[in-house]
Amino acid sequence: MTGRSPLDTLKATGVPVREAVPEDAVAGVLPSWVAAPGGVGEVAEIMRAASSLGLAVVPSGGRTKAAWGRPPERCDLVVDTRAMDRVLEHEAGDLVVRVQAGVTLDGLAAALAVHGQELALDRPLDGATVGGTLATATAGPRALRYGTARDLLIGITVVLADGTVATSGGKVVKNVAGYDLGKLFTGSYGTLGVIAEAAFRLHPMAAERACVTSAHPVSEDLGPLLRRVTAAQEEVSAVEIDWPDPREPYTLTCLVEGVGAQSRASAVRELLGTRASVGGEPPGEWARLPGETFVLEARVRQDDLYDAMLAVAGTVRVTGVEAAVRGWAAPVSVLRIALRTDDGPAAGDAAGAAFVTALRDMVEPGGRVVVVTAPEEIARRVDRFGHIGALPLMKRVKERFDPDRSLSPGRFVGGI
Amino acid sequence: MPGDTLTLLADRLRGPLGDQWVITDPVRLRTYECDGLTYHRATPGLVVLPETAEQVSAVVRACAEAGVPFVARGAGTGLSGGALPRTDGVLIVMSRMRRILSIDLPNRRAVVEPGVTNLAVTEAVRADGYYYAPDPSSQQVCSIGGNVAENSGGAHCLKYGFTVNHILALEIVSPDGDIMQLDALDPGYDLLGAFIGSEGTLGVATKITVRLTRAPEVVTTVLAAFPGVAAGGKAVSAIIGSGIVPAAIEMMDALAIEAAEAAVACRYPEGAGAVLIVELDGPAAEVAGHFEQVERICREEGAFEIRVADDPAERAAIWKGRKSAFAAVGRISPAYIVQDGVVPRTALPGVLARIAELSAEHGIRVANVFHAGDGNLHPLVLFDDAEPGAGERAEHVSGMILDLCIEHGGSITGEHGVGVDKARYMPKMFTEDDLDTMQLVRCAFDPKGLSNPGKVFPTPRLCGEVPGVRKGVHPLVESGKAEQF
Ligand SMILES: Cc1cc2nc3c(=O)[nH]c(=O)nc-3n(C[C@H](O)[C@H](O)[C@H](O)COP(=O)(O)OP(=O)(O)OC[C@H]3O[C@@H](n4cnc5c(N)ncnc54)[C@H](O)[C@@H]3O)c2cc1C
Repeated sequence: MTGRSPLDTLKATGVPVREAVPEDAVAGVLPSWVAAPGGVGEVAEIMRAASSLGLAVVPSGGRTKAAWGRPPERCDLVVDTRAMDRVLEHEAGDLVVRVQAGVTLDGLAAALAVHGQELALDRPLDGATVGGTLATATAGPRALRYGTARDLLIGITVVLADGTVATSGGKVVKNVAGYDLGKLFTGSYGTLGVIAEAAFRLHPMAAERACVTSAHPVSEDLGPLLRRVTAAQEEVSAVEIDWPDPREPYTLTCLVEGVGAQSRASAVRELLGTRASVGGEPPGEWARLPGETFVLEARVRQDDLYDAMLAVAGTVRVTGVEAAVRGWAAPVSVLRIALRTDDGPAAGDAAGAAFVTALRDMVEPGGRVVVVTAPEEIARRVDRFGHIGALPLMKRVKERFDPDRSLSPGRFVGGI
Repeated sequence: MPGDTLTLLADRLRGPLGDQWVITDPVRLRTYECDGLTYHRATPGLVVLPETAEQVSAVVRACAEAGVPFVARGAGTGLSGGALPRTDGVLIVMSRMRRILSIDLPNRRAVVEPGVTNLAVTEAVRADGYYYAPDPSSQQVCSIGGNVAENSGGAHCLKYGFTVNHILALEIVSPDGDIMQLDALDPGYDLLGAFIGSEGTLGVATKITVRLTRAPEVVTTVLAAFPGVAAGGKAVSAIIGSGIVPAAIEMMDALAIEAAEAAVACRYPEGAGAVLIVELDGPAAEVAGHFEQVERICREEGAFEIRVADDPAERAAIWKGRKSAFAAVGRISPAYIVQDGVVPRTALPGVLARIAELSAEHGIRVANVFHAGDGNLHPLVLFDDAEPGAGERAEHVSGMILDLCIEHGGSITGEHGVGVDKARYMPKMFTEDDLDTMQLVRCAFDPKGLSNPGKVFPTPRLCGEVPGVRKGVHPLVESGKAEQF
């Protein structure tokens, strides 16, 4: 150990390690070094070295969500998974794929499309990796039919803070042997371990797709529309709400997939009234985040979506903050709300924070309002995560997995 | 000594639960000595039948304080000994908690107590055109709480997923006795998902919010008869490979068919070496399209007879043989072991052939009835318990079948759970580090290891002090720049 620098110790693992540059910052916090392991073994090596040095480690993927979550309290080493970009196994007949965590969803989609298959997850951001998608539990409109990442994940390999490698699940679609660590790591924001590999259940790509689009004034109650559309025997796969300005009408897009999609879509159109029209593929902005720098997520039950929309419209009116909204219906329905607070920093920050508080007051306790990402000044003034029933248990899980708090400390709620 | 502890515990619980719901009479205790896997038996030290979450909490808290293990029991249909009682512990029977608390169709959900049977949920919403999708064959009797604990599946899980994909929230009593809410709405660690399938080792579920699924417009059931399992297996691969996700694909081999005929006279096509039941559901247009493909594929792979059911009566006739299969084996064999291994679907033909070889090599008959669509085998290993050594041989073959599943990258259990029965196979499927890491979850929920101990894991992990070993305080914490929770 004498005289050896931490960088030397990290490099002695054989894993590529470099000094960090400003672009490596995680939620505004600059690490000292960045390691780029090529596989699970190298992740373990680097974690063991980091742990021996007492370094705080933050895993990172495509960096599309590097500004999400709270800034880590400490961040010495970033473990960049982007070199771990191999599809490890894809037996098309099994409809299962096993990948390294640094594979991007886009890259994976292209590889699977060749076989007429897909991982049925929406892609809100270009360049997002499998690992980052799991760690932040990002979802999209197709959750209505396919569930979210946790529902499609069938196996996971993670590396803990001390370098322990652990696998749960496997590569078969049906499996109840042991605890499901995949679930635990979904939404863990890098605070429990580094996700190194994942296996997913795939779906055949739909033979046909069709969309039904309709515009509705805010005064028109979404509730009955949604009930009709989601109960329709034509089996709608997804319902997206696009609402670029909460003072203006919103657009509904219903996605129908599979054999007879066109004719089924025509039947769905009848349910939405005369203004609805049937088209082909979903619009280009489908499932995309409505903004980048200041985004909230309201999470509610399906039948509470319209109330949540009214709450957003009301909050826009009261706070004067501009907003753009995109959301979807599912068992956990989501409105993603992008806020613009560009009228002078101080006033803007106060208004932004006021927006979060006001909206949360209306949406809780039936739903949740989460600050996905926000400018630093605003983030400091608000509680990012709001009410979480099982927070004490989550803290206990964190204590067991990472007793030294060396993984992404403070990125998640309650100091986790 | 443990007897004294339990006597004190019983006295303490009579107040909150009421005298008649605290059972100490040895004869009555005996009625709870096993679940569906009857060769593991233990008479519980004490049985309680709570009616509310608060009562469950009182029981669990009392256990935690006295250091007494407890085991939750639903309907006792489990097939891995998960609800096997502890002679030194308390069995918490959920059968009095069987109210459906609310049905919320606009939100496609119902809130039920854990003792409600799986089928009761569907029956409560059927008239409105909804149902609860996970459908274990035991659905008339098994409880939703048991389903949650086992992450149970069923024939239709191929398309619709397992219990974990249909639970939106849980109220649990943690192993300390605290009542907690796990909700899919919450951001952060998916503890809801982690609890489901944990086989009662992370606490007791006291309220369950299930997702309701819209009944499909059309259901078409196809029965295809093949000369043998190899051809049937190829048809399964071809159907899946063609981009169809049927609601169910089930297979039975000749021996299973023979048993079913003997028991319920299901009249499957004569001379069939295997039958495949393929159920398609969904929008009429889609089902019609898929049906044509399925029929063509089956013929191409050598099906010599195909029957189609479009109404409930015909459908029931086709399913009759399949649904009775487990019980029916009793007609052709005095005793049997049910396995629950899983293999990748493409490995099915090879694995089935190997099982046939194992069967021939050891002179042990194996009947196959299984969820072919997702590679979940249920080999029924038949033996005569009156014949010396037969049980051991059957056990041996049964273990070799599990080895075969692991070799092919599969699993030792697809839906019945590990329980006590398969705990010893866990190290074949997982490394010590895997198992230790899983048990960190256990340590977080249940550091004293009182909730259903001895199940799932072959060796319990000692949890140690909370929060475990620390390597000294970080400089930032010391300087007050960061706080530790
Ligand atoms: C004929 C037959 C057919 C079957 N078919 C299928 C099938 O198709 N698919 C399938 O998946 N299974 C099947 N099973 C297995 C069994 O029915 C399921 O595992 C079922 O979910 C068990 O429910 P139960 O209420 O009987 O639970 P029990 O057997 O009473 O308990 C099972 C486990 O759940 C725990 N538990 C029970 N209630 C709670 C609670 N409220 N909170 C926490 N833990 C709890 C127990 O401690 C135990 O570990 C079958 C069984 C039989 C006998």
